[in-house]
Amino acid sequence: MIATPMELGSLKLALMAAVVAGSAIYSEFLTTPAPEKGAVHVTYWEKWTEFEGDAMRAVVDEFNREHPNIHVDLLTISNIQDKTLMAVAGGVPPDVAGLFGPDVAQYADDNAVLILDDYCKKAGIKPDDYIRPFWDMSFYRGHVYALPSAPASTALHYNKTLMQESGLDPNKPPKTIEELDSMSDRITKFGPNHSLLRAGFMPAEPGWWNWAWGYNFGGRLWDGKDKITALSPENIRAFTWIQHFAKIYGSQALQTFRSGFGNFSSPQNAFLDGKVAMEQQGVWMYNFISKYAPGLKWGAVPFPYPADRPDLKDMTYADEDILVIPRGAKHPNEAFEFIKFVESQKGMELLCMGQRKNSPLKKVSPEFYAKHPNPFIRLFTDLPKGKNTVEPPKLGIWPEYQDALNNAFDEVNLLKSTPAEALKEVQDRMQPELDEYLLRLRARGVIK
Amino acid sequence: MSSPRKSESRAGLLFASPWFLGFLVFLAYPLLASIYYSFCDYSVLKAPVWVGLSNYRELWRDDVFWITLKNTGVYALFALPLGVVVSLALALMLNAKVRGLAFYRTAIYIPSLVPLVSLAVLWLWMFNGEYGLVNVGLKHLGLGSPPWLSDPAWSKPALVVMSLWGLGNAVVIYLAGLQDVPQEMLEAAELDGARSWDKTRHVTLPMISPVILFNVIMGIIGTLQIFTVPYVMFPGGVPARSTYFYAMYLFDNAFRFHKMGYACAMGWIMFLIIFVLTMVSLRASEKSVHYGGS
Repeated sequence: MIATPMELGSLKLALMAAVVAGSAIYSEFLTTPAPEKGAVHVTYWEKWTEFEGDAMRAVVDEFNREHPNIHVDLLTISNIQDKTLMAVAGGVPPDVAGLFGPDVAQYADDNAVLILDDYCKKAGIKPDDYIRPFWDMSFYRGHVYALPSAPASTALHYNKTLMQESGLDPNKPPKTIEELDSMSDRITKFGPNHSLLRAGFMPAEPGWWNWAWGYNFGGRLWDGKDKITALSPENIRAFTWIQHFAKIYGSQALQTFRSGFGNFSSPQNAFLDGKVAMEQQGVWMYNFISKYAPGLKWGAVPFPYPADRPDLKDMTYADEDILVIPRGAKHPNEAFEFIKFVESQKGMELLCMGQRKNSPLKKVSPEFYAKHPNPFIRLFTDLPKGKNTVEPPKLGIWPEYQDALNNAFDEVNLLKSTPAEALKEVQDRMQPELDEYLLRLRARGVIK
Repeated sequence: MSSPRKSESRAGLLFASPWFLGFLVFLAYPLLASIYYSFCDYSVLKAPVWVGLSNYRELWRDDVFWITLKNTGVYALFALPLGVVVSLALALMLNAKVRGLAFYRTAIYIPSLVPLVSLAVLWLWMFNGEYGLVNVGLKHLGLGSPPWLSDPAWSKPALVVMSLWGLGNAVVIYLAGLQDVPQEMLEAAELDGARSWDKTRHVTLPMISPVILFNVIMGIIGTLQIFTVPYVMFPGGVPARSTYFYAMYLFDNAFRFHKMGYACAMGWIMFLIIFVLTMVSLRASEKSVHYGGS
């Protein structure tokens, strides 16, 4: 029987469809890694690249070596918060996600991450194992939602050469805010037409904690329950202090000066470049100093406190990366096995040494300190042990609140608003936001 | 319909089915779903809860919404006409018969191939107050050195200047339109004593007016949806929300604040704005745009 052209056409069509479908199946087969015999594959999304990513990869490799029955597949992901959110919503999350400490409240309120209470109990992981703020950041509404990976704390970094050049003793950095102000005045240099050539200190640099200055003056951002406290006298005092720098430098001169700063991770970084002599910075700063300005003579001390508030001595901002098991993870038990390894002294020291940070664990080996390249590692480890450690508020609306505070900071720094006006704007915006947020949580039965 | 025709249309539909499926799954469904979500309290991770017009009412009272809308409007108001004029002028120049034309055309088009994130990082350095090429040039001309990135008065102008970088696509579209201008009309105008500018004004521009309209409408859509470059260059819309654009606030609501319903409402408001502006442009251009067939 001879096929008609029409039948031949249909045959060709069917063949082409089969080829396309076959190619799709074959490509899927080619791109899916063959599972190791008997090993469970744990997918782990992490945000870090470069040396911080290498440090986590070393931990993963060590874990894989020690656990032949589990294989952790580490995948570097940009914008990890958005992508984890979408993956959880889509029902295809990784088994472990490396988020940021302040994400805990938001993800926990949305039931996007698993509660780890039972896992921790079974593994013998206790709050006492950790330096308080680093455990505290993972703990929310009475449950453990995450465990810390690499933590960080901050201190005042200062340029000894610039202090010496300005007639200051480089071995006597400021202890109080008043001393900081007066030293800053001595170091600051103006050029023709009041142009700024060098700044002793400026709160806007590096700009990551614009929301936090109130704590240095005894302020709080919320009452821990249902009240936003942006417009407190302590916060107004902090913002007045911020604004006084803009007034000394001149708002226009300050903006022109700042526009000449390079990226943080570059030799044109304002601190590394000698443009700003004193800066609040984290434990990570050492890495950038050694990379871009190895000849810099620097020191680190606790950030100064107001002379009339000695109770605010040794204040530090604490932050941490966290590991969570997203809701819908396919291998939660194996995922926790990996997290447990990271939380062990061995895993944690491998990670924190690689990332050149402090350890969140109370128990630290003498070798960790001996081998750690940061000469101030003990300071960064000890500061968060004190009572004056600032943690970002555990609020589901924190990203929005932080944006509002950052804007208030800008308004004050640009002399566009008075501190009270700027903070009132924050208060008026965020209190209704919090009220509504809590209302929604109540409606969903998350809180009573 | 006869059997062969039926079979042909079946085959046609089958061939087009990947597109249809893609359209239904990735476009039609999200579009319809986003209308529904815009009336819901929806965090993505929890089931949507119907709240009626609440999101729209809240937007009306939201200061930041109005700030971002204003920022976007101001940016579009400057970037759009400037883009149209500069790209048209470049296209007219590139349409001239001069030596090295291929080189000039390539040089104008190549920048538009640079990925937007790379472009943003590159311009961060170009606009650096001290080391940036822009200020080095301005200083040589004695025009001072504006703080492009740190002063609210200069941050939007910086983005408007930057928007000129990616005009290559519009220039290519104009050039294609210019190739279609009938030579005999230009020659006739010349015989009638028209000078170069007269020919451009009375022959060339009317002949390419549909292309201009197309680029204006694409420009309206593009400038009102500006996102990637300010998102990379000015995280959070710094300084003082001066570069916080509509699409950035929409993105933040959806993915940072977990307020997807609110973000969907913003998306539909922007759709309506663009739709109205497009309709107004089409209506306003009825008398000044000349189509070949009309």
